[in-house]
Parts: sequence; structure tokens; C-alpha cells
Amino acid sequence: MSTTTAQPVVKEKRESIFSKKNRKLLTDPLDGNNPVTVQILGVCSALAVTVKLEPAFWMSVGLTFVTAFSNLFISVLRNTIPSRIRIIVQLAIVSLFVILVDQILKAYVYDISKTLSVFVGLIITNCIVMGRLEAFAMANKPIPSFIDGIGNGLGYGLILMVLAFFREILGSGSLFGFKIFEAAGIPFIGNGVMMIPAGAAILIGLLIWAQRARNGYRETE
Amino acid sequence: MSNKNSNVYIILYTCIVTLVCGTALYLAASILKPAQDANIELDRKKKILATIIKLDETWTPEKVEATYNSRVKGYVVDFSGKVVEGKNVVDINVDAENKKPAKDRLYPVFEISSETNPNETEFFVLASSGKGLWDKISAYISLKKDLSTINGIVFSHKAETPGLGARITDDEAVYSRYAGKSIFEGDNLVPVVMKKGEGNDYSNDPHAVDGLSGATKTAIGVNDMLADYLSAYEQFIKSKKSKI
Repeated sequence: MSTTTAQPVVKEKRESIFSKKNRKLLTDPLDGNNPVTVQILGVCSALAVTVKLEPAFWMSVGLTFVTAFSNLFISVLRNTIPSRIRIIVQLAIVSLFVILVDQILKAYVYDISKTLSVFVGLIITNCIVMGRLEAFAMANKPIPSFIDGIGNGLGYGLILMVLAFFREILGSGSLFGFKIFEAAGIPFIGNGVMMIPAGAAILIGLLIWAQRARNGYRETE
Repeated sequence: MSNKNSNVYIILYTCIVTLVCGTALYLAASILKPAQDANIELDRKKKILATIIKLDETWTPEKVEATYNSRVKGYVVDFSGKVVEGKNVVDINVDAENKKPAKDRLYPVFEISSETNPNETEFFVLASSGKGLWDKISAYISLKKDLSTINGIVFSHKAETPGLGARITDDEAVYSRYAGKSIFEGDNLVPVVMKKGEGNDYSNDPHAVDGLSGATKTAIGVNDMLADYLSAYEQFIKSKKSKI
């Protein structure tokens, strides 16, 4: 979880939802301020649910939903929350949305909810969610907070999808369950490393390397 | 707010947050319950059918329902192998029954009739539940009508390691190893055992299957579960066998 004190990003005067600042809130987490590859948050689940694209997709949707709505609600409540119990209030709101996501998945996409199993519940402990609440929603207005939540969810989702793409195609020879190598008639032997979390750790490392080389990012002292 | 850090304010605040969150969850759970129960029930039917047929994308929920309703007949037996009247097989939660001693549990049995002759039972499907490495595992085992040859087995697990222990459910090469194995040696019940190590040939041993590399603990869980439940169903199997 980020410990930096939050600074209000948005000025007091009313501004459009599609203002430059709000757009930046949405696009920044996709690359320059990505929660997984730059802030190194939420790596645990990124290793766990990326064996196949489909669960990775649903996990991203779930996390985006949770981050966006808990950001929104915490931001609405931010001036009423007693600071001594703010983490507990945040956790209660986050848990509410996580359980909702879990219940909705169980009701409408049961097979996916079986694959994701414990990981949906573990969104509660995903550092991205709490990180955004502490660093952003506690100090900003509801709409920018909501957008920030969506942006960070998408940033996380993007990394998940990239990882899952490589792991599924190299590990199982398929994309979204469709066996491409089989369909193209090319013999295929799955790479076992891609099927285990270690494969994801290697891929995530490569991804961070590539991104930092491109953006010229340096760890600050 | 005058004093947000006063005890009264904090206690009131927590009460309100808890009430609001609790109510929201209660509403969501009660609205979504029917859809969830339907999914669980459909999943159970799919697993039972999957022990005898390979279910591909053409198996829509409607097709599963229709096939299940026309071919599968379920009933409940006890440890002595007698049919328990007045119990609906749908209400038997195998995982919950597993917590009781074997003698007190109720056991579901599903008879699947032949596709051509609805009066002839072609397969017997038994349920089982046990512990894997991390959490619960369970399985449906279909026996051919001689009640000693395993036709197919469908495992489920809650939290086995993906790519290792979880292969019992998602790797066809693993669960298909059980097909054709025998649970009887003469008149004695001998459970099928998953051996340690992977890549060995057990085609000559009717009671052993190749193991799971990297998931020995899951394999031990599977072995314990099968031994536990096959011996629990022993009286039932023997009484049925004597009637063949």
C-alpha cells in the first residue's frame, strides 16, 4: 500500500468529466504510472489468474469494478470518515463490493467463478484497491476518484491480459480456449513453465524491463 | 462535523456503515440465490454426465437437463447399502456428509440408463469427497454395469495448485488414467491408487494409475478419498453385484 500523502489533483471549480486532467487519470495508469509494472502492486493475483485469458479478463473486470466503486463511495464519504477508523471503513466498503462481484460471478458466469475461486475474495487484500483509496479517493472529489479507479483497474487489467496472452499461447497453445495451433495443423508442445506462477514472474519481469527501457524510468532515491 | 474523533461519533459511524453494508449484501444474496442454486445444480448434473460422456460446447444447459432427466435416476443409500426412503438425492451435500463418521453418512447413487434401453442400467455413479493439498476435493466415479470396472471419473477441487494439483480436474490425460481400472480383486474391494512419480506405465496393473509430478500431496488426497468412499459404498456395490 502506498504511504504517500494524497494531494488534491482537481481544482475546486467545476470541470467537465472529459477534462484533460480526468483523461489523464484514466490513461496514466495504463503506462507511465501502471499499478502493476511501475508501482508493483497486485502482483500476487497477476501471477495467479493469468494461466488463461478468460479468467484474467474476468478478474480485470472484477477489480476495475471494485476499485472504481470503492473509490467513488469512499470519496463521497471522505469528509465524514473519522480518521481513526478510516482503514476499517475503507475495508468494509471494499469487502462489500468484492462480495458483490463474487456473488454476481457465481450467479451469471459460474464456470469462471470456479476458476477464479479464492482470488475474487482476495481482491480485498489487493494493494491496488487500498492504495488508490488512501492515495486518491480520500483527498479527491467523487467523479475524478471514480475515473481514477477505472483507470487503475484498466492498468491492472492490461498487464493481466498481456501476461495471460503469452501464458495461454505458449503454455496451452490456445487463445480464449480456442486451440489455434491445433486449428492451423501445427504440432504444438506446451511450455510447462508458462503454466506455473514462475512463468508469470519471468514474463512480468521482462515486461517491466521492456517498459522501463522504453520510458526511461528510474527508481528515485 | 463538530468532532469526528469523538467516541460517540465513531461508534455511530461504524454502526451505520455496518448496517448499510450488511443490508446491501443481504439484498444481493437473496436476489442472486436462485440463479446461483440453478448453476450449482446444473454443474452437478454436468459432472455426473461427464463421467460417461465427453461434454463439449454442443452441450447446452438445455441438452444437459434433457439428457440428465431422461437417463439419470438418483437415490440415497446408507453405509449398509440399503436405499434410504424419503430422501431426495439433490438434498445430499456430499461435502457436509463427509464430516460425519463413514457409518452415519448418507451416500448418493446415480444410475444412468442405456441410451437405447431406458430400463437397463448401464452405469452406476458414486460420489466422494475428501481433502486435497489446500482444501476440499471431490469426485464422481462411474462404474460400468459389472460394478467393478471404472468407466470414468470427474474430479472437482476448491483450491488445488493451478498447473499441478489442479490437473486432476482440467487435464484429460490425468483423469482418463482411471478409465478401465478395476476396483475388485476376486471378491475383495481394492481401491485404485495413484502412484508417486509421473511417466510410468501402469497399463498392466488394474489397481494403479500414473502419478502427478509436483502434486504428490494432491494425489495422496485423491487416494485417501477414493479408498474412503469405495469402502463406504462397499456394501451397496456388493449387494448390487450379487444381483447381476
